[in-house]
Amino acid sequence: MWLALEPRGQRSAFWTYGSPVLALLLTVVTAAIIFAALGQDPAKALWTFLVEPLTSASGLPELFVKAAPLILIGVGLSIGFRANVWNIGAEGQFTLGAIFGGWVALRVGEGSGWWVFPAMLLASILGGMIWAAIPALLKTRFNANEILTSLMLTYVAQLLLLYLVTGPWKDPEGYGFPQTAMFGDAATAPILIAETRLHLGVFVAFVAALLGWLILSKSLLGFQLRVLGSAPRAARFAGFSESGLIWLSLLLGGGLAGLAGLFEVAGPIGQLTPSISPGYGFTAIIVAFLGRLHPLGVVLAGLVLALSYLGGEAAQIDLGLPNAVTGIFQGILLFYLLGCDVLILYRLRFGGKQLGGKSLRGASR
Amino acid sequence: MERRTFNKLLGASLTTLAAPAIIRPAFAADPLKVGFIYVGPVEDFGWTHQHDLARKDLEAELGDKIKTTYVESVKEGADAERVIAELANKGHGLIYTTSFGFMNPTLKVAKRFPKVKFEHATGYKRAENVATYNIRFYEGRYIQGVIAGKMSKSGIVGYIGSVPIPEVIMGMNAFILGMHSVNPKGRIKAVFINSWYDPGKEADAAKALIDQGADLMAQHTDSTAPLQVAEQRGIQGFGQATDMIKAAPKAQLTSSTDHWLPYYIERTKAVIDGTWKSQDTWGGLASGMLKMADYTNMPDDVAALAKQTEADIASGKIVIFKGPIKDQSGAVKVADGSTLDDASIAGMNWLAEGVDGNLPK
Repeated sequence: MWLALEPRGQRSAFWTYGSPVLALLLTVVTAAIIFAALGQDPAKALWTFLVEPLTSASGLPELFVKAAPLILIGVGLSIGFRANVWNIGAEGQFTLGAIFGGWVALRVGEGSGWWVFPAMLLASILGGMIWAAIPALLKTRFNANEILTSLMLTYVAQLLLLYLVTGPWKDPEGYGFPQTAMFGDAATAPILIAETRLHLGVFVAFVAALLGWLILSKSLLGFQLRVLGSAPRAARFAGFSESGLIWLSLLLGGGLAGLAGLFEVAGPIGQLTPSISPGYGFTAIIVAFLGRLHPLGVVLAGLVLALSYLGGEAAQIDLGLPNAVTGIFQGILLFYLLGCDVLILYRLRFGGKQLGGKSLRGASR
Repeated sequence: MERRTFNKLLGASLTTLAAPAIIRPAFAADPLKVGFIYVGPVEDFGWTHQHDLARKDLEAELGDKIKTTYVESVKEGADAERVIAELANKGHGLIYTTSFGFMNPTLKVAKRFPKVKFEHATGYKRAENVATYNIRFYEGRYIQGVIAGKMSKSGIVGYIGSVPIPEVIMGMNAFILGMHSVNPKGRIKAVFINSWYDPGKEADAAKALIDQGADLMAQHTDSTAPLQVAEQRGIQGFGQATDMIKAAPKAQLTSSTDHWLPYYIERTKAVIDGTWKSQDTWGGLASGMLKMADYTNMPDDVAALAKQTEADIASGKIVIFKGPIKDQSGAVKVADGSTLDDASIAGMNWLAEGVDGNLPK
């Protein structure tokens, strides 16, 4: 008996939404098996991993704090990815945002004024945009591949940050350690709920997702971006400015990544150090795809990924499981998500005439 | 408007969730929960590995009086504060935070949990409930320098630094002072790779240094890669943090190894007994927190000299940072007859004469 994949001819509306749900279910089942193999009670382990992190007073706020940078960056990236603009360098744009915003904070020091934080916000957006403008210029002027240029600029950004915190911006009272002074009160992101770390950046991330969704699905600009992504020739015939859309995609992604960088250093961290990001710019790429390049999907994806980090910590503290559990869980989830997506374009058929090859070819997207 | 509703919604769900977490009675018979957070994986076979060995031995030593927990590979940055707070939230009465980058997060959490005791390794900020501790690694570096002075034919030692912070700088300076005590012409070629653990970068640096004429390898990074490169190239070197003899049976001369256990036992007992106080501890050879691995792959007279040096540092007969010491430019940093106090050592930001390498300006 053959098991064959047969093209549907069009996207299945049911599986477009059903596939991530199925993937999540399969992930939970697989995780339960792995937990059992590790000698844990699967139900208790799953509870610890997926629910327990949210049950303490700080649980939900911490989830949002962890998800905020992923959502902010992910929204910007998903809009660009829709237009086939592959900005892989959000990590660098994040870093530049932190540097530009941090510069304002360090200049102000202990000074105060209502304008300090808004100035930092603007500076960080500018910083991220400048860093994203380089790949945009190289792409539109010289047709240089933005995947390479944006990625490589990430390392330049990290070295720039390292230079600043070990050199000119080093805290003079910091015993020579690579770090700046702590930011003053006026240069710290406002906390939305007292006694938690829930800062303004979380609110901004949700607003950005909402705006991103409006732009992408309700505006002419969004339409142009989508056409450029799915049918570049059609976009050209329609007279859309390709280079204009490339610039816009990169500047938007860079600006949001820069903003995310600022909210990390002016929020939970409170200073510039060489390690301001555990790879948010790269994880956000996963978040963007997990969220179907849909700004509201990105919110959900960001929360799921954030939960997997919190769950991994809870599993270590409560069950003594190794940190690798977090990575395994994320890996399984991605694996099933990509795997289940096959069902959107193909149906499974038992006893089909032929295997693979020919029938698969007809339905490339 | 939207922000307010959002707030309210969160606030409401938080209050309901918070209730059970706050009511948590403590019984005297309960074991003390001791938490550790690590910057690396427990299998890094360097820094984190040594802390985790001490954690296991601590549990064996104090038995059912304590229960330990650890969280590994915690990133320095926003994540650290969450993990430390989570440990405090879950009833840990004593929390060891074992990397410099956990300093500000530790202090922030300590403020929120005044009854929990915190111990931060390698930092300089303390509070009523935050103590600091570290090891005088530089004492071991001096012994390595003495051995290098005897063993190096080219008189050039390749030295792989991690990050240009005082701990690493004082180690290089102690090394060159030890080397000059037996070979005044000895030099260090130093590089900083800006990472504590990066086997690829460490190996590349080692190869480059050997190509520049170094015939001994010293490292202030945590992987065994530099020693393995030394072994392959037929030269020798020194291990770091842990005894790396298995990775380099012919190349390792000795290794400065970290022993956190005596400190962990003392401080954990102090919490159980209620005598814990915030303080700064900087233990070396004398306290048993720093030990040298066996002196191997060297002539007997060199091993004997190394042992004598070790004993003299422990007894205080040898004072490492004693003048005259000049910096790279030849300026006198420590005048003849005077010695550096701990505060000056802890803030060291200059490289001594004989070290080729640059610090960021």
